[in-house]
Amino acid sequence: MYLKKLALAGAVSLLGSTAFAACSYENEVPLKSLTAGFEAWKAVTDAMAECGNFQAELDQEFRTKQPAAFEANPSLYQIGGVSNGTITPLLNAGTIRPLDDLVEKYGQNLSPNQLIRVDGKIMAVAMMVNTQHLMYRSDILADLGIETPTTWDEVFAAAEKIEEAGVVDHAIGATMKSGWNLAQEFVNMYPGFGGAFFNADNTTAVNSEAGMKALDTMKRTLDFTDPEVLVSDSTYVQQQFQQGKIAMANLWASRAGAMNDESESTVVGKVSMAAAPMAMDGGAPATTLWWDGIVIAANITDEEADAAFRLAMEGLDTEMVQGANEAAIWLVNGYAPGPLAEGAIATATANPAPPAYPSTTQMGLLHTALGNELPAFLTGERGAEATLVAVTEAYTTAAKEAGVLE
Amino acid sequence: MKFKTFFWFVAPSVFMMLLFIAAPLISVFIQSFQITQPVMQQIEVETCTPGFLTQTCVTETKTVPVINEETGRTETTTAWVGFRSYQNVLQMDKFWSAIGSGNWGEILQIDFWKALRFTLMFTLVTLPLVIGVGLMIALAVNNAAKSLRGPVIFVSLLPFIITPVIGSLSIYWLFVGDGILTATLERWTGQDIAMFAQAWTIELLMYFYRVWHVAPFAFVIFYAGLQTVNMDTLESAIIDGASRFERLRYVIVPHLMPLIIFIALIHLMDCYRVFDEIIGFRSQAHVISLQWLTFDFLTPDDAGNRAISRAAASAMLTMVGIVILLILPLRRTWRDHKGGTH
Repeated sequence: MYLKKLALAGAVSLLGSTAFAACSYENEVPLKSLTAGFEAWKAVTDAMAECGNFQAELDQEFRTKQPAAFEANPSLYQIGGVSNGTITPLLNAGTIRPLDDLVEKYGQNLSPNQLIRVDGKIMAVAMMVNTQHLMYRSDILADLGIETPTTWDEVFAAAEKIEEAGVVDHAIGATMKSGWNLAQEFVNMYPGFGGAFFNADNTTAVNSEAGMKALDTMKRTLDFTDPEVLVSDSTYVQQQFQQGKIAMANLWASRAGAMNDESESTVVGKVSMAAAPMAMDGGAPATTLWWDGIVIAANITDEEADAAFRLAMEGLDTEMVQGANEAAIWLVNGYAPGPLAEGAIATATANPAPPAYPSTTQMGLLHTALGNELPAFLTGERGAEATLVAVTEAYTTAAKEAGVLE
Repeated sequence: MKFKTFFWFVAPSVFMMLLFIAAPLISVFIQSFQITQPVMQQIEVETCTPGFLTQTCVTETKTVPVINEETGRTETTTAWVGFRSYQNVLQMDKFWSAIGSGNWGEILQIDFWKALRFTLMFTLVTLPLVIGVGLMIALAVNNAAKSLRGPVIFVSLLPFIITPVIGSLSIYWLFVGDGILTATLERWTGQDIAMFAQAWTIELLMYFYRVWHVAPFAFVIFYAGLQTVNMDTLESAIIDGASRFERLRYVIVPHLMPLIIFIALIHLMDCYRVFDEIIGFRSQAHVISLQWLTFDFLTPDDAGNRAISRAAASAMLTMVGIVILLILPLRRTWRDHKGGTH
């Protein structure tokens, strides 16, 4: 059966030039896309492939390829999938084109919310939002009589009760794999304590009271997590949930659908979503908002750009969303938010709202510095203050090299 | 051989070596003394990002590269910076202040020295183990019944055939979380075991994995060498009443010495570039190696920045390290060669 499917998939991709009934027109221009590889992108690129003459490359390492591939002339891909983190190098190098006239021509179904404007020009079209928010085992919390936690203090109190009851291996799961994931945890927590990442002169401001508090909260998490948490990424935490080993985690909204995947999950229907916990009372949820969307390369002919955008709109239509409603928190018309989307929506509409992940050159440098220096703090080799000093130094060295600092 | 014949015989490989080894090496050497950076400008930008229902627009001052109107590419400047990238990698000021204050542990918090500590220890600990285990397998196979030799050789060669990244990933999956082996060990000892929670267990697994992976290579070389041991010498040793161990110590090992040095050379070069284990075991939080450090400098972040100069400096330092390590065994080989004992 599986082999048959595989053969069929192969045959379909070979027959790329044939138009299929589900698409409203036949695409004549050969087009290629490079996007991330998660479920939502699969749904979108599948919908685009229905129009024919289209080759999709889904690659979780797209971020390392995209800047160079788009800088080539002609660009190696016409359509790119980006998030607010990964659009930065494309914007900086000017390798993606403004979409205003194309939106006017083909974008009747887009809502104004989807149009990513930089300096008044539409540079990308967003299709979904993503954020890290609280996922929890509603059955366990109900059994133990625990209210849904809204702050990290409440999360820790709940975790203590859960550990006492001994119903799961570890009360909390966390995406703290050293490097990008661990840094992202800090990037979530730090603004939650009201911290700003940079000063006006591009130096970093993480060595502050908010920074100390963020580190302290991260360390407290370790009391309730798997001892191997410094190797656990989003997929690992998702699997821990699916196998009933953890009871709570601040995890990506795009992972919510997997909790109810009957072929993988032993906890179908038992995981609920709530807003990301607040770091301090009256603050914003301690998380950052992300969007994913499409961009069109600058180094291609206008005809290709026209065809590429038209095809992208076909991929982002209502029909696609209705076929993959649970795959993401879609921004596309026709999306019907289900129970899995509650947490993400509560997070995004909270007041005050969490900040969007900043798309700047400095943020990329700081993210790397955090990812490299935080592990020593969490393994106990280095104190909190020394760690923040080390982060500042690592950032300063890198920023000078990148020309951001004098 | 006539010079002309010799020349045409080696020319293709000399050309390849110049193209793929010498040229990149020179380019990396030059880059380690240069920093290329984009010309940056500060501009006021309004950025609108979607919330779930409505957009939020913020106007902020952003530092962005200048794009050349004609070429459409970012403008860059390249400057000679002397040893600055080396200093940024080595962080000698911190190194000396740690020594000055007597806090030796602080040295190991500097990435380069932390990586060097592990890389050296990894290289030097696995070296005798690989040679010892390889020799033991070779002796065992050599003494096994003829009918068994084929299958035994086949089985002992298997680890060497496995792609290093796949091998290290397999070990990782066997031991991480409730992997099969961890779960078995936990049932057996009744204790909660987390192999990837602290540095020393990860290192132990790395040593084990590398010896398991490379010992077959040593074995094949030694096994070939054992076939050339002079039987007359061995027999006279037996007549002289030498024990099994004495025969090994005074006849076999001296005979295999050039091979031992050859394996040591190859192993030192390979091990100093330890990389697969770090990636496969995801050990960056606890253990890093020099080669990984170079890789980390080269990996672009989300904003597309990569520290090419520091990567170049780190790569040059790695090469210097290998050269220093190889001096001893190479000098010995050179002496033997000149002495004409063989």
